[in-house]
Amino acid sequence: MLQEESDLSLIIAHIVQKLKSSNLYAQLERQAWISLQRPEIKLESLKEDIKEFFKITGWEKKLQNAVYSELSVFPLPSHPAAPPEHLKEPLVYMRKAQGSWEKRILKSLNSMCSELSIPLARKRPVGEQKELLSKWNEMGTDEPDLSLFRPVYAPKDFLEVLINLRNPNYENGDSLSFRTHLGLIQVPLKVKDIPELKEFFVELSLNTGQLGIDDSTQVPPELFENEHVRIGQKVLAEEDSAAAQQYVRQGSPTALRAELWALILNISSQPEDALYYEQLKTNVIQHDLLVDSLIYKDVKLTASNDDYYFVFEDYLYQVLLCFSRDTSVLGHFAYNSASPPKSYIRGKLGLEEYAVFYPPNGVIPFHGFSMYVAPLCFLYHEPFKLYQMFREMYVRFFFRLHSISSHPSGIVSLCLLFETLLQTYLPQLFYHLREIGAQPLRISFKWMVRAFSGYLATDQLLLLWDRILGYNSLEILAVLAAAVFAFRAVNLMEVTSLAAAEAVLADLSTLKVMPLLQIFLFATVT
Amino acid sequence: MSRVSVPYHMKGTVALQVGDMRNSQGRPGVQVIDVTFPSTKPFELQEIMFKNYYTAFLSIRVRQDTSMHTPAKWVTCLRNYCLMPDPHSEEGAQEYVSLFKHQMLCDMARVLELRLILRQPSPLWLSFTVEELQVYQEGPKSPSMTFPKWLSHPAPCEQPTPLLEGLPDPGRVSSEVQQMWALTEMIRASQTSTRIGRFDVDGCYDLNLLSYT
Repeated sequence: MLQEESDLSLIIAHIVQKLKSSNLYAQLERQAWISLQRPEIKLESLKEDIKEFFKITGWEKKLQNAVYSELSVFPLPSHPAAPPEHLKEPLVYMRKAQGSWEKRILKSLNSMCSELSIPLARKRPVGEQKELLSKWNEMGTDEPDLSLFRPVYAPKDFLEVLINLRNPNYENGDSLSFRTHLGLIQVPLKVKDIPELKEFFVELSLNTGQLGIDDSTQVPPELFENEHVRIGQKVLAEEDSAAAQQYVRQGSPTALRAELWALILNISSQPEDALYYEQLKTNVIQHDLLVDSLIYKDVKLTASNDDYYFVFEDYLYQVLLCFSRDTSVLGHFAYNSASPPKSYIRGKLGLEEYAVFYPPNGVIPFHGFSMYVAPLCFLYHEPFKLYQMFREMYVRFFFRLHSISSHPSGIVSLCLLFETLLQTYLPQLFYHLREIGAQPLRISFKWMVRAFSGYLATDQLLLLWDRILGYNSLEILAVLAAAVFAFRAVNLMEVTSLAAAEAVLADLSTLKVMPLLQIFLFATVT
Repeated sequence: MSRVSVPYHMKGTVALQVGDMRNSQGRPGVQVIDVTFPSTKPFELQEIMFKNYYTAFLSIRVRQDTSMHTPAKWVTCLRNYCLMPDPHSEEGAQEYVSLFKHQMLCDMARVLELRLILRQPSPLWLSFTVEELQVYQEGPKSPSMTFPKWLSHPAPCEQPTPLLEGLPDPGRVSSEVQQMWALTEMIRASQTSTRIGRFDVDGCYDLNLLSYT
């Protein structure tokens, strides 16, 4: 009991410290001062009266949302003796693997820089700045020569690193034992099995209404859809983050989705946020980074070629270029196993006062990175709102998809979860694919790394991302990947090569996500 | 509450295994570590802290000093404490753990020796142990600091030397300086951790290549 109390007070102190530096603290203070003029605030019971005032005017709700947001995002402070690296990633061998992977990326970027003789960062001359400012809303029309640039890495390079990940203290011998991993991932992380997943995703069960299933044209809307929309409007009126997160597990109505997601991520558009975005825009105009060319190349290669997203090309530049200048993203490295690349101002090598991070937000984009932003363009039309939503989604979820960690939502755990589910519930299919040299993870990895963006139809993708937000976990990506394999199992059993298996699974755009998930989790005979 | 680290001596780990160590196939699943405190009198144990390395279950036995002339007996104070919920997977495998006095089964006064019994039933791990072991006893209740003599026995008041013309009153100056100091302390205490948002150094962002450290 003593231990739990001291843990709780530690957590409370930690959250208070975090919130003190936020805008909300200043606003609450200002509101408290203003409230002193109200007649119902009396000096004898000042504390209770102000608390009551906050409750009535909705400020307590905002504080509640902020605390809930902190609890969901930041891992709680662990043991006091644990060093900061332990918070990033507790397993030493994974930290080392992430470190060497980062080194490879840096070497690749450095060699690109020296080969092409392009500086990592360059201050734009005034004429160029003016030109860029005038073309800000139509950067897609620019056609710079990007043929010499190549993406720093692609998901398949990252997959090779994960395949070679080994725990030095683990029995990695050739002899088959009861725990031999037949898939590609060879580390013994704890993953959920189907009974645990059924409990975790209980709101997706057969007897609970779902958007994506129970709103189809054959089902009369009085049965589920109308009531669900009504509840959604009520949740928005209450402005409660936790309620919104619970609500969205059954899917979000299209009309309410933008506001619901903003409520869950606790994003309220204040004038300061628009100003902050303008400041980032100024940074983009003043300095030209090598990373910008990588972003251009990525957008041209992926989003511009996609039938659904090519219209948003200009938005993608506006968001991603500003994203790479945003130093507030550096905060997420406290709980990300990755570390931001460091460099020094020219001529001041080794002097700590001249050490800087490159790019300023510490995130080097890879091939397909722009697909994290593209689906959000359907929901948010003002660049700064779109930017805020993307940034929050990145520092909560997407960073886990391209860094090596033991977190249950990290890409390593997702891969292992996928392979375990497939092996346990479709053993014949798994064995067959393995025999023909088509390890299933080789096909599904790219879906999971991009969170299925660009592979599913957009309305289905948004229904899937509803559940990611609702459950605050990426495990649903692995379950969906296994469900897709289960759906196409009959065709896959007949293929005889990896290329043929890829062809069977090449087009996912006709799939309906929610029925697949429901059947796989709740209706498959095991 | 304050605590003081107790220096200890860890005797080498002894692995327990049934049968002949050289011929048998499997790895030992039980290891025993003896921890003695040669330079300390029998003390009251407050906390044991360590970093786990793939140990699944921990038992601790303690040998306490008894006042009578009976030989000290070994008593189990922690039985099969679970460090890894699933011994076959990585959960909890490299975590920092603290065990407190109130979690123990017996009274921890007058500890002479500790025996840590580590168990790892899974054959998948090559080795298991606990690292960075720290043992703490209760720190002194009130800080027993001795004040310097001049603080506890101030010298009798001396007549201050007469002020030179034009200099401000030292009493006023010292109270103003004290106020300024209080202000700076207040500001220092309420420092936030928010970044300013500048990524360049004095407007310059001309970089070398990226560093590999």
